[in-house]
Amino acid sequence: MKREELLVAAIQNGTVIDHIPPAKIFEVVNLLHLENVKTSIMVGINLKSHKMGQKSIIKIADKYFTDAELNQLSVVAPNVSLCIIKDYEVVEKREVELPDVVRGVVKCGNPKCITNNEPMTTVFQVVDKERGIIQCAYCEKEQNIDHVKLL
Amino acid sequence: MEGNRSLVTIANLTRDKIEYLIEMASEFEKHPNRRLLEGKVVATLFFEPSTRTRLSFETAANRLGARVIGFTDPKVTSSSKGETLKDTLKMVSNYADVIVMRHYLEGAARYASEVTPTPVVNAGDGANQHPSQTMLDLYSIKKTQGTLENLHIYLIGDLKYGRTVHSLLMAMRHFNPVFHFVAPAELAMPDEYKLYCHAHGIRFVEDSRFDEESIAEADILYMTRVQRERFTDLMEYERVKDTYILRASMLKKAKPNMRILHPLPRVNEIAYDVDDDPHAYYFDQARNGLYAREAIICDVLGITLDEVKSDQTIIR
Repeated sequence: MKREELLVAAIQNGTVIDHIPPAKIFEVVNLLHLENVKTSIMVGINLKSHKMGQKSIIKIADKYFTDAELNQLSVVAPNVSLCIIKDYEVVEKREVELPDVVRGVVKCGNPKCITNNEPMTTVFQVVDKERGIIQCAYCEKEQNIDHVKLL
Repeated sequence: MEGNRSLVTIANLTRDKIEYLIEMASEFEKHPNRRLLEGKVVATLFFEPSTRTRLSFETAANRLGARVIGFTDPKVTSSSKGETLKDTLKMVSNYADVIVMRHYLEGAARYASEVTPTPVVNAGDGANQHPSQTMLDLYSIKKTQGTLENLHIYLIGDLKYGRTVHSLLMAMRHFNPVFHFVAPAELAMPDEYKLYCHAHGIRFVEDSRFDEESIAEADILYMTRVQRERFTDLMEYERVKDTYILRASMLKKAKPNMRILHPLPRVNEIAYDVDDDPHAYYFDQARNGLYAREAIICDVLGITLDEVKSDQTIIR
């Protein structure tokens, strides 16, 4: 797509998170705590996409995230593409990857799990990255990452 | 993950560790009364009532000379005032050398082992783990069969919710068993445990039959309760409730070495006429719980098998 056709304005420097499934956009906003970011943020929802029909996109000016923060994204939206922008150019493209351990991001789906009843951090071991199976380190219940809720 | 010698789950115990604990339990069977834990304090924190398990742990502590503190009803503790589990444990760890804990929430034992430096023994956390039960089951199997290897183990009854059968299945992965899952369709072994069997090369057969012929091959019959409240379809319950009852008449073709285990309490799944049969072992199994728990308490306190063997504090 040519720049003059862009529906969401280009940023000079910062991070672009593209190909977010439209239903996941607000989870991504929450996960990266974008409500606390003071620089310009542009959000496009339900845009046309060759790859996925409809997509959402977020462009955050003058903001770069750590690998740990970005890998957490994989929990809610495993197939997003990330671009690091410097001076209007894409200087780096990154894939997010499900980490081996997911700490303090999602809630255990088991209501009788200790993590849902004590003020404590949740911890999940990632058992199967391909199928997105995680296992609670406390109650040991395996669950699908598509079905868990963010904290 | 735990930073101390706690016993939280059976799932990650190695074959060597299981055999080591069984050998230690057999030492305690020879001489259950000792002063090995004189001067130690064992706390039994039961956030959910369990008379059998608590009495067994407290007897184990008492027979080794330890003193016991604790509670049997969380209503009398500060958790009823809204105190977190962490705070309760932090407080108790100031007083006790080891904490034996039963909790209604799953994962409570793992969490306990992380928040306190005092070793924690999991005496059951919700539907999750109950490792001391599994240790006494393993000890009972070893004692009656002379080995844990190559046995035909029949798990009968509620295989869906029964945590004892799940833990036994995991612990036996080291010993090349053949499991027979005998259950009504509604209470069949969940897929995640069948996948576990495949992943660990454990052979198993599923069978809904339960009669004289079908159990003739068994080395161990592990009976569990089929509870009415587990059924969504009560017609189904009425249909199957008498199918999974073991009667003395079904034991005519049983192998001589075969033994019947049950984690207790029994309701009606083992007919009373089985109690006098030489294959019945469930009451002896409960006694083995004492030796298994003596071994567990000593192990988490760092007392080794060699120290138990050369123990000079035996009360004869």
